[in-house]
Amino acid sequence: MISIDSSVMKTEALDLENLPASETALEIHNLNLHYGNKQALFNVSMKIPKKRVTAFIGPSGCGKSTLLRCINRMNDLVDNCKISGEIRLHGQNIYDKAVDVAALRRNVGMVFQRPNPFPKSIYENVVYGLRLQGLNNRRELDEACERSLRGAAIWDEVKDRLHDNAFGLSGGQQQRLVIARAIAIEPEVLLLDEPTSALDPISTLTIEELITELKTKYTVVIVTHNMQQAARVSDQTAFMYMGELVEYADTNTIFTTPTQRKTEDYITGRYG
Amino acid sequence: MDKLSTNRHISGQFNAELEDIRNRVLAMGGLVERQLEQALDALGALDAELAKRVIDGDHKVNGMEVAIDEECTRIIAKRQPAASDLRLIIAISKTIADLERIGDACVRIAKAALEKRNNNQQPLLVSIESMGRHATRMLHSTLDALARMDVESALELHREDARLDKEYEGIIRQLMTYMMEDPRSIPGVLDVLWAARAVERVGDRCKNICEYIIYYVKGKDVRHTSYEDMEKDIHR
Repeated sequence: MISIDSSVMKTEALDLENLPASETALEIHNLNLHYGNKQALFNVSMKIPKKRVTAFIGPSGCGKSTLLRCINRMNDLVDNCKISGEIRLHGQNIYDKAVDVAALRRNVGMVFQRPNPFPKSIYENVVYGLRLQGLNNRRELDEACERSLRGAAIWDEVKDRLHDNAFGLSGGQQQRLVIARAIAIEPEVLLLDEPTSALDPISTLTIEELITELKTKYTVVIVTHNMQQAARVSDQTAFMYMGELVEYADTNTIFTTPTQRKTEDYITGRYG
Repeated sequence: MDKLSTNRHISGQFNAELEDIRNRVLAMGGLVERQLEQALDALGALDAELAKRVIDGDHKVNGMEVAIDEECTRIIAKRQPAASDLRLIIAISKTIADLERIGDACVRIAKAALEKRNNNQQPLLVSIESMGRHATRMLHSTLDALARMDVESALELHREDARLDKEYEGIIRQLMTYMMEDPRSIPGVLDVLWAARAVERVGDRCKNICEYIIYYVKGKDVRHTSYEDMEKDIHR
């Protein structure tokens, strides 16, 4: 059969089950999570490939956000939360006792549903993480600030008012600022928890455009309620239901010919 | 995957729209089937009146194609269908194109019925008659498979087309003999040949529709594959 070579549509499907270690950013292995007596994740195992966008979709309460939060140990902050199984980053289980959580979170950045800039200037927001790391050289900070804001596709909009308060920005701009802040410390993995659900359609498209840019440098994992968004931006999609990973495959397959009935029902709107 | 559900959308309106568009495709299929039957009747009986009616009826088929296509576009724009819903819309949009072309074939057959011919061409038409009935049965079964989204009959019908092709080859051989025997018969024989060709194309179109049925139900694009591969794909 003739294959039409298109550079636009070209993200060939990976063999997700047998992903070689060199292409794996994260490996989740038999992950179980309990909130008190209630089990929220059941034996989740998957490999998340490097420098690609992986989307988690599923109905409310299916565990997708919980799973995302596990990746940078956000659930540590929740009382009664028990986790078993492993998440490996560079072959090391991030739940090992020896792991420094602050260092982990430098490597695995996170952006939330509502933009949460600090009540500081745009500039200070971006360099905040770097200052925490002890970087104080003005020139280096300036460079990092510009690089991050450009990386988050917001530089042109804010370059003349870097020292204005970040709250003066629109919601969509604030969200991109938060992404700039996350990438300023150059993490390997970026976790996006419904990054556009509080934004208008145009800002949403800007962020989606940005996500496609981000994957050239970072591994992106996104949780979204918007299925079309998952279809547009992601390379792989994982469908979760009641705490279980039902189907994980390349996005084209999930949205045209899913193999599981539950996936089919969910993405065609027969279950919500 | 087990049988696809066609109901139970959360959006009742979307359900209604999909149901409506399916019904309209089947209605269009029914119309095309009637056109084919009448075109063949007209040819068999050299009934000019009936032939004209078939030719006039084609605009209705064309109109339905356009209307259903519009509906498909509207559903894609408004509902962003995915998975089986998306495949249904794509399959429908392709099916109606083939149905419309079957409609054109009916017109061609009807036009052959309008040609004035002398009596010694009657035996030529008889051979088309039987092939035409075969094609009609095939179209009928295809529409039936479409209504029930029945993969097994689609597969069976896909193979049926080869038999129709054999009949067509037989007719061609026969017509060639006539032409060699009496060159003066050539203009008349050519008319019959075009009609036979049109009938043969009906089988090809049915085959295409069967492929869309398989695509919808199984999510496998089986165009341009061998029967064996197709069978393997379907029963895997």
